[in-house]
Amino acid sequence: MPITWAWGAAAVTAAGVASRDTRRHAIITSQVRYRMQIAIASGKGGTGKTTVAVNLALSLSGAGERLFFLDCDVEAPNAALFLQPTLTEHRDVGQQVPRVDPARCTACGRCAEVCQYHAITVIGQQVLVFPELCHGCGSCTLNCPTGAISEVFDKTGVLERGQAGAITFGQGVLDIGEAQAVPVIRQLKQWVAPSDDEAAIVLLDAPPGASCPVVETLRDADMVLLVTEPTPFGLHDLRVAVEVARDELGLPVAVVINRDGMGDAGVETYCAAEGIPVVLRIPFRRAIAEAYADGIPLIEAQPAYRVAFRDLYTTLAQLATAGKNRQPASGGVA
Amino acid sequence: MKQLVILSGKGGTGKTTVAAALAHLASQEFSLVLADADVDAANLELVLAPTLEETHEFHSGQVAVIDPETCIACGRCAEVCRFDAVVAGEGYRVDPLACEGCATCFYQCPVEAIRMEEQHAGRWFVSNTRFGSLYHAHLFAGQENSGKLVTLVKQMARLRAMDDVADLVLVDGPPGIGCPVISAVSGADLALIVTEPTVSGVHDMARILATTTHFQTPALVLLNKTDLSPARAGEIIAYCEQQGTPVLGQLPFSDDVPQALVRGQPVTAYSGGPVAMALQDAWARLREALFSDEV
Repeated sequence: MPITWAWGAAAVTAAGVASRDTRRHAIITSQVRYRMQIAIASGKGGTGKTTVAVNLALSLSGAGERLFFLDCDVEAPNAALFLQPTLTEHRDVGQQVPRVDPARCTACGRCAEVCQYHAITVIGQQVLVFPELCHGCGSCTLNCPTGAISEVFDKTGVLERGQAGAITFGQGVLDIGEAQAVPVIRQLKQWVAPSDDEAAIVLLDAPPGASCPVVETLRDADMVLLVTEPTPFGLHDLRVAVEVARDELGLPVAVVINRDGMGDAGVETYCAAEGIPVVLRIPFRRAIAEAYADGIPLIEAQPAYRVAFRDLYTTLAQLATAGKNRQPASGGVA
Repeated sequence: MKQLVILSGKGGTGKTTVAAALAHLASQEFSLVLADADVDAANLELVLAPTLEETHEFHSGQVAVIDPETCIACGRCAEVCRFDAVVAGEGYRVDPLACEGCATCFYQCPVEAIRMEEQHAGRWFVSNTRFGSLYHAHLFAGQENSGKLVTLVKQMARLRAMDDVADLVLVDGPPGIGCPVISAVSGADLALIVTEPTVSGVHDMARILATTTHFQTPALVLLNKTDLSPARAGEIIAYCEQQGTPVLGQLPFSDDVPQALVRGQPVTAYSGGPVAMALQDAWARLREALFSDEV
């Protein structure tokens, strides 16, 4: 499947290519010259995605790069609890849903026929709209023979933006009772993330799972960091996440093993067999869990991790670059 | 017949650990049917040692496909698509991962060059476990319609429970509050919300409680890893009190949980330690809450 790479134009200049081999330290000490989007995902929930994403962001903060953090887990957004941003801008998010003008409607049923989501139906002379099923595609509007359908905004969540120190922070929050996370994620990325050719580091904190909200988050990332725990649950769901990120989307992947030492060796064995690099191991320590419980970032609770997370970024940038240099259609790190 | 759904909002708080333990304890006095409603990342099978009995294909959703022979490259499809799924290049093609299957382009194409292809989106299974039949599923990577698959798995579990005159359908839910969670909550008599005393746990518990309230499903809270932060545990208990949501019990942070998991067993079958004892106590109260009106 062809992949569209969101790779900044500046990266393919001669200077950009030449600098790749010597990037290991240059990444941190000088400005990035392209957009580097790293998604932090997991498959299984609660493995430490937000912990890794937040600490990665904090370790890079103040290193001179433009840094963006997008919390794309719009059903359960938690990163703000740790990054404590000042949210200065708010915007309603949602979609266009049909509104039928009864004066012009002939109850012909064409709208119901073209709607693939059963979000609009005709009973007798009356047209009923179910906004929670609507995907806002506009097909009913286009197909109505009498022009009886207009569209109105139906709010499904909010987007919020602000600063957490040097980090530009954005999050989406799905309203209670709303089903569709994807439009919230899509609009969050459009609103907050810099464009393809802007030089910046963008960290995307993904939702758990492997279905459409995860795909929407990962779609234009350069690299996916998968956080797992060394248990049979962690392994099972890591496999699922690799299927999405590497096999479906063709993105380079790397693994962080959180709570290392907790369970068994299954995750290590799997990563070795698949050639997936394990780029960080965070040990299973009660002290780490306790700091997390109180909202204290790991690199503050245990400052030695600041260096570990900076090194992590350097490794990820190299893996992303290696992934790009490879033929994109083949996908993934071999 | 009662239907219990286990939820959490935040992932990884222990839904499946609790579901497996409750299946173990409940099966000692009741007949059960189990449903794993986390179709993205189904884990209940890993601790129930199931024997697979049936496999069914799940076809759902569709994507648009443009026939390059018929296409006149007028660009109407790209113009009407609101999901940026039509990619212009030499002619036009549809990015299947961006396509939402709305068929707007299909109806608008002036030369009928577009067809809608149904997706083979996953599989669902029936297995046998020592605690009862297990209905579970696997949604293929990156697919949509997880809510539909959750609904299907639950319907099948419910039909089986009716056939077998089972006492309880136990549903292990997905994380979050969106589409698959709404499908998992639907029809439940009671929701058990498993949370943990962390800042994220507190935040996400409030969101899932608001969701169960929105759908008018009564809820109980089970506090896992309760000794991790006495302060957050206190916050959760105070919040539940204020909301009028009973706290069913508290489970200590214990290595028994991963150890049981590695051995593929419910924690109550693996150990008689503090977690198992707390779960037995929680089950005794849950049993009351579920079945007291039937006695």
